[in-house]
Amino acid sequence: MTLVLRGVRPYGEDAVDIVIADGVIVDLAAPGSADGEIVDADGLVALPGFVDLHTHLREPGREDAETVLTGSRAAALGGFTCVHAMANTSPVADTAGVVEQVWRLGQEAALVDVRPVGAVTVGLAGERMAELGAMAGSAAEVRVFSDDGKCVHDAVLMRRALEYVKAFDGVVAQHAQEPRLTEHAQMNESELSGRLGLAGWPAVAEEAIIARDVLLAQHVGSRVHICHLSTAGSVEIVRWAKSRGIDVTAEVTPHHLVLTEDLVATYDPMFKVNPPLRTAADVAALRAALADGTIDIIATDHAPHPHEDKDCEWAAAAMGMLGLETAFGVAMETMVAPGLLSWRALAQRMSVAPARIGRVRTQGHDLVPGAIANIAVVDPSGTYVVDPMRLSSKSRNTPYAGRELPGRVVHTIYAGTPTVLDGALA
Amino acid sequence: MRHLLSAADLSRGDAVLILDTAAELASVTDRSIKKLPTLRGRTVVNLFFEDSTRTRISFELAAKRLSADVINFAAKGSSVSKGESLKDTALTLEAMGADAVVIRHGASGAPHRLATSDWIQGSVINAGDGTHEHPTQALLDAFTLRHHLRDGSGDLAGLRVAIVGDILHSRVARSNVLLLQTLGADVTLVAPPTLMPLGVESWPCRFSYRIDEVLPDVDAVMMLRVQAERMQDAYFPSALEYSRLFGLDAARMAHLPEHAIVMHPGPMNRGMEISADVADSPRAVMVEQVANGVSVRMAVLYLLLGGRQEETS
Repeated sequence: MTLVLRGVRPYGEDAVDIVIADGVIVDLAAPGSADGEIVDADGLVALPGFVDLHTHLREPGREDAETVLTGSRAAALGGFTCVHAMANTSPVADTAGVVEQVWRLGQEAALVDVRPVGAVTVGLAGERMAELGAMAGSAAEVRVFSDDGKCVHDAVLMRRALEYVKAFDGVVAQHAQEPRLTEHAQMNESELSGRLGLAGWPAVAEEAIIARDVLLAQHVGSRVHICHLSTAGSVEIVRWAKSRGIDVTAEVTPHHLVLTEDLVATYDPMFKVNPPLRTAADVAALRAALADGTIDIIATDHAPHPHEDKDCEWAAAAMGMLGLETAFGVAMETMVAPGLLSWRALAQRMSVAPARIGRVRTQGHDLVPGAIANIAVVDPSGTYVVDPMRLSSKSRNTPYAGRELPGRVVHTIYAGTPTVLDGALA
Repeated sequence: MRHLLSAADLSRGDAVLILDTAAELASVTDRSIKKLPTLRGRTVVNLFFEDSTRTRISFELAAKRLSADVINFAAKGSSVSKGESLKDTALTLEAMGADAVVIRHGASGAPHRLATSDWIQGSVINAGDGTHEHPTQALLDAFTLRHHLRDGSGDLAGLRVAIVGDILHSRVARSNVLLLQTLGADVTLVAPPTLMPLGVESWPCRFSYRIDEVLPDVDAVMMLRVQAERMQDAYFPSALEYSRLFGLDAARMAHLPEHAIVMHPGPMNRGMEISADVADSPRAVMVEQVANGVSVRMAVLYLLLGGRQEETS
């Protein structure tokens, strides 16, 4: 069967009919010329399907917050065709058995590629290395390893992990947070944290670990990936490391591109997140770094939490916010609309580069004949108001409730099959 | 005004009105029958997630002197320790018809959360939240300062007050900086750099790391409790060193101007931030602070609840 995306503009360029057969783009034909099952995409923009390197799907263990299936739905609706499921589940994804379970659940949901991330250390405890080789060699073919939520703070363990994963071309994705400097931390440490009486989370706690880890990566000749970089200082360190030829990549979350610590003054735990929301100066530096390529990718850090974990006082609330269904809108508002990123550059940041970092061969292809047909079709002219009750995620903890975002994901094509049509699950 | 969450909520006019009202209500305490009928039929709940006998009984007495019904709800173990959540506790109190909730909570912002959620309709009074604020303490301190140093009326324009101790973790210091500044006083915070909040230079006050340079130029000094456990977190090397560098003993007190008073929100660590002879000296006004606490809390309850009753009747 042939699927035709009629009149779509790849990367916002000239309109074509994208012709898809057997899961592959077979032709870019003159608009209106191709035959087959027609999906109207007149004037819409086609981008390679988004790849999220940082997603919490919560299964196994916290199926009350999200499951692989509900998270996959949210991902598809957000224009994603691949997500990396973080390892901090219960049980922790630190064995071949758990990563294969998550991988299999992803296969069954069949809405996106679910690529499990393996824990670096057993139980995320930061003490003993998990069986990284077994996870790499499993059916899940794990290539990204992370103790996300916790920092691999032991320098020797981090060094060994960086070295060890070279054997299977893996990468360690570090959650950069010096634990002693952030004990009981509740928000960015600043003049505001002092006034609000909330224990501060200093920028240096992130930057010190990034500085150490880029130097370790250089020393052992490994690549290292930095999760959710959030400060202007971190940007400077990564920029310096790249200028020295160190093989470091970095991600920024949508929320760190748009939200600032001022929101914490409401004491509304929807804005409680790790790393914390920072200052407007940090946001400006992150946008500039994403634009100039110092930061390689946008990754959502989609972190569903059940209502009761946010409907409470700040200190008791869980950290994290939803991201899959709003990521494109935020990227559009902060990067594309102001002219910081072209459509092609956005495709790099949300698809090509994350697929490369995660070594996902089937994702992040350019929209050319022969490519696997993973495609996000977006309407750059539309806007919508975020309604938590209309999100597909099992949780409702979006920080954007009531906020108008530009750009709407209209269709998502996953391996040649529509998963989303006209903004709804196909 | 519906709630009292932060000293920053109060304009100079609001604050002076509370102090003036407290002064009037204080006379009730001098009567043989210490009771006014003002809040008869109203229910005030003291919702305490942290132990604080002195603040709790001060609010209790204040409410009772205004003839309100008082319920003490010691909700030990917040949702942090898997007890009943703040929300469910609030819903319970709402169902029981609380007109005001006086809340003490270990989490900064908990009273704010209670007031901005749709969990309860009544007034919320912050009786101390985490390391954030304790506005009625600041009001009673302002009342005490005004009584001793300003003839008991008006604002505190030009008054010089030093607040010494663990500023970083002190809700008393935060509320006092805001309120005293609103009332026109000139506040200087004194602490070792480790116990000074980041960004203090942008607060509406001065700060110093050296108590001896500050004491000769103040009208009042407020000593804050310093927990000895802080030294385990390397805020200072030892209780002895803290006491030597920042404690108020008789020798230091001698550097204060003749008229200056010594305050402490209690409970005191005698021998740590304040020596016994200072605590027991005629300059120390701690006992008055306690008495004034009842008066300002009466004033706050009266203004928050009494005013609304008139509106609705």
